[in-house]
Amino acid sequence: MNTAYEKMINDLAPKKFGWKGNAWVAFLVVVILAGMYSYVQQLKSGLVITGMRDYALWGIYISNFVFFVAVSLVGSLITAILRLSGVHWSTPLTRIAEIIAVAAIIMAGITIIIDMGRPDRLLNLFLHGRLQSPILWDVIVITTYLVISLLLLYYPLLPDFSILKRHADHQGWLSKWYDRLSLNWSGNEKQVRIHAISLQALSIMIIPVAFAIHTVTAWLFETTYRPGWDSTNFGPYFIAGAFVAGSGAVVVVMFVLRKLYSLEDYITDDHFDKMGKVLVLLCLLYLYFNINEYLIPTYKSTKEEAMHLQSLFKGEYAVLFWTVIIGGLILPVIILLFRKGRKPLPLFLVALAVVLGAWWKRYLIVIPTLSHPFLPIEGVPQSWHHYAPTLMEWSITAATLASALLIITLLVRFLPIVPIYETAEERGLTETSQPTCS
Amino acid sequence: MEKEKNSDQKSRRNFVERGLKFGLLTAASGALLAKVFGKSGNTESAETVELMSTDGTLMQVPASAVSHAHESKSAYNPREGFSNRKFVMVVDLAKCRNARKCQSSCNKNHYITGENAWIKIYKMQESEKSAPYWQPTLCQHCDEPACVKVCPVDATFKRRDGIVLIDNNRCIGCRFCMAACPYSVRVFNWSDSWQGDAVEQAAYTPDYAGVPSQKGTVDKCDFCPHMIDKGELPHCVSACPNDVFSFGDMYEDTVTNGSGQSFKLSKLLKDRAGYRLMENLGTQPSVYYLPPSDRVVDFEEGMKNYTEFQSVDKPQEP
Ligand code: SF4
Ligand code: SF4
Repeated sequence: MNTAYEKMINDLAPKKFGWKGNAWVAFLVVVILAGMYSYVQQLKSGLVITGMRDYALWGIYISNFVFFVAVSLVGSLITAILRLSGVHWSTPLTRIAEIIAVAAIIMAGITIIIDMGRPDRLLNLFLHGRLQSPILWDVIVITTYLVISLLLLYYPLLPDFSILKRHADHQGWLSKWYDRLSLNWSGNEKQVRIHAISLQALSIMIIPVAFAIHTVTAWLFETTYRPGWDSTNFGPYFIAGAFVAGSGAVVVVMFVLRKLYSLEDYITDDHFDKMGKVLVLLCLLYLYFNINEYLIPTYKSTKEEAMHLQSLFKGEYAVLFWTVIIGGLILPVIILLFRKGRKPLPLFLVALAVVLGAWWKRYLIVIPTLSHPFLPIEGVPQSWHHYAPTLMEWSITAATLASALLIITLLVRFLPIVPIYETAEERGLTETSQPTCS
Repeated sequence: MEKEKNSDQKSRRNFVERGLKFGLLTAASGALLAKVFGKSGNTESAETVELMSTDGTLMQVPASAVSHAHESKSAYNPREGFSNRKFVMVVDLAKCRNARKCQSSCNKNHYITGENAWIKIYKMQESEKSAPYWQPTLCQHCDEPACVKVCPVDATFKRRDGIVLIDNNRCIGCRFCMAACPYSVRVFNWSDSWQGDAVEQAAYTPDYAGVPSQKGTVDKCDFCPHMIDKGELPHCVSACPNDVFSFGDMYEDTVTNGSGQSFKLSKLLKDRAGYRLMENLGTQPSVYYLPPSDRVVDFEEGMKNYTEFQSVDKPQEP
């Protein structure tokens, strides 16, 4: 009996939820149901139930959509970029990253449908789609990214499923599912080879697609003339911001899971330290793009840009803007530069701030611009001059966030959070041989 | 709720054949251009038609000397528009006194029930030291329309006659076109509103925007193809008591104002230094503005009609 190996499987195999897990799921379901109720109202009465109007024509649905696309990019960063660059420490985090990516990209797709005035005509995108429109590019790259992300989640799971099939013997139906999903993985040489090649290929493929989804999302704004969006910096700026948001999300999830499942042996303090370094590097990169994005237009201060920037720096949005920039970007950089700041708990708190900041940052990218059109806002009710999301809009948005968390939660319930097979390989543990290290 | 309506193309064809009496004509004195909205069609020699020569002078010509070219017999297609025409509008800012008759006529004739009119009269001032003026602004029917470029489903489209329209049966309500249009002329139907029995029952055609309007889709000024079709001017043009608007055909180099006066377009734009809004964006609008110089009106006079937060008079609830 190989005890180290058995212990590892026992540690990493998905576990039934306790009361905490169940309560969490129940909470998410309640939030989702409330959002669904609001959405039914929206279907009945139209987008009039939101705070959007002809000037503030996009609102938190769109900023939330951008947030989801942003977060989903982390899958490509951790599973693909780090894998390809031969970094091995990130192996235990790949599953978490991929789960987050899949949840986020699914919800991005759903969120954009929620924003549509005529969701019943969704098929028009395929029947009458026009390639000139950035929306079509988004449809194409998002579906591609979803497919590759699902495969990147699934392929590394094949050996894990076959391990779990044996492990979960006592839970009949689950074992059967694992068996089916493992696609007859036996671990023979041929399979291992194909597996490795496919993973390599997928990792390479996902990188340009990941860059494409967020670049195209940036182009949705950039292709218009509006001050604040009319920038050539948007593509890289969005991508840098996306990596920040996604890495933050990974840190948050890995902290929580490590605590709940006592995974200290697999997700170590060292992992936090390294993720902290990754995060600080990305934050600095993002800060650099932010400086480009705000400083140069401020320097030139054309009439339109100046008006927009004024509202961010000292006007209507100033409090939010500075909170996000300082609390969600500058402070995290400062804290994470110190080794102590990269300990699990402080890093978790910083990452939480980063993720929250990232959500509101998208709000600041989408909304203020719309209140500064070229011609003055005239002839519409006073309330149309400013955008404030309604309660219904918030509840629908909360439901999309809860849905993403629910997808993550359910995947965590049934999938090993840390890849078993790959971890065993790296530790030199196999079913038959003696451990070469412990 | 669902108001999908088919465009009735057959009956429209008749309209076109009756209404589209125009084109390049041959007369003894050489090539002459027909006045766009002139009545014609009778061959009796006693009748005359008013024509404009290439140098812009108007003259009476016996109708018998006039033969009609380009009388399209092909079915009229609201997606393609009238053949061999290119509609333009000229807005004379020197004459606008914010009477807002264009707006109320447009609102009324398009049965606008929302809060945002399709034509707005902005209070403009270039700089602190320059004099303020009133600027009626409607869809500019751009030749490089930003809205058409971004529409994912070809719901908003550019016709060969220059008009930019929306197919409300196809629009998915993404509002990208609204974000893209630099002139803020697009209006969204945030809810379903009652437009009266007749309108609700009307057959939908992109040619007559807002009749009936559809929840969750975009609307905007349509340059009134339904009026052009009848040989009439768009509602705003004929409603304006101050002849601010002139409408016409660029190929014929002629525009006509609400009182029926015609002008040679190229000359008018040259003499009065006509310009287009935000020319630098490259959208190539079809609406030209004549600067508010040598004004015949007092700006202050318009202030009494100025309603900052309202552009549609809501019909009184019964
Ligand atoms: S003014 Fe706006 S809506 Fe009209 S054609 Fe130009 S871009 Fe399109
Ligand atoms: S809102 Fe309608 S018309 Fe405008 S871009 Fe979207 S689909 Fe096209």
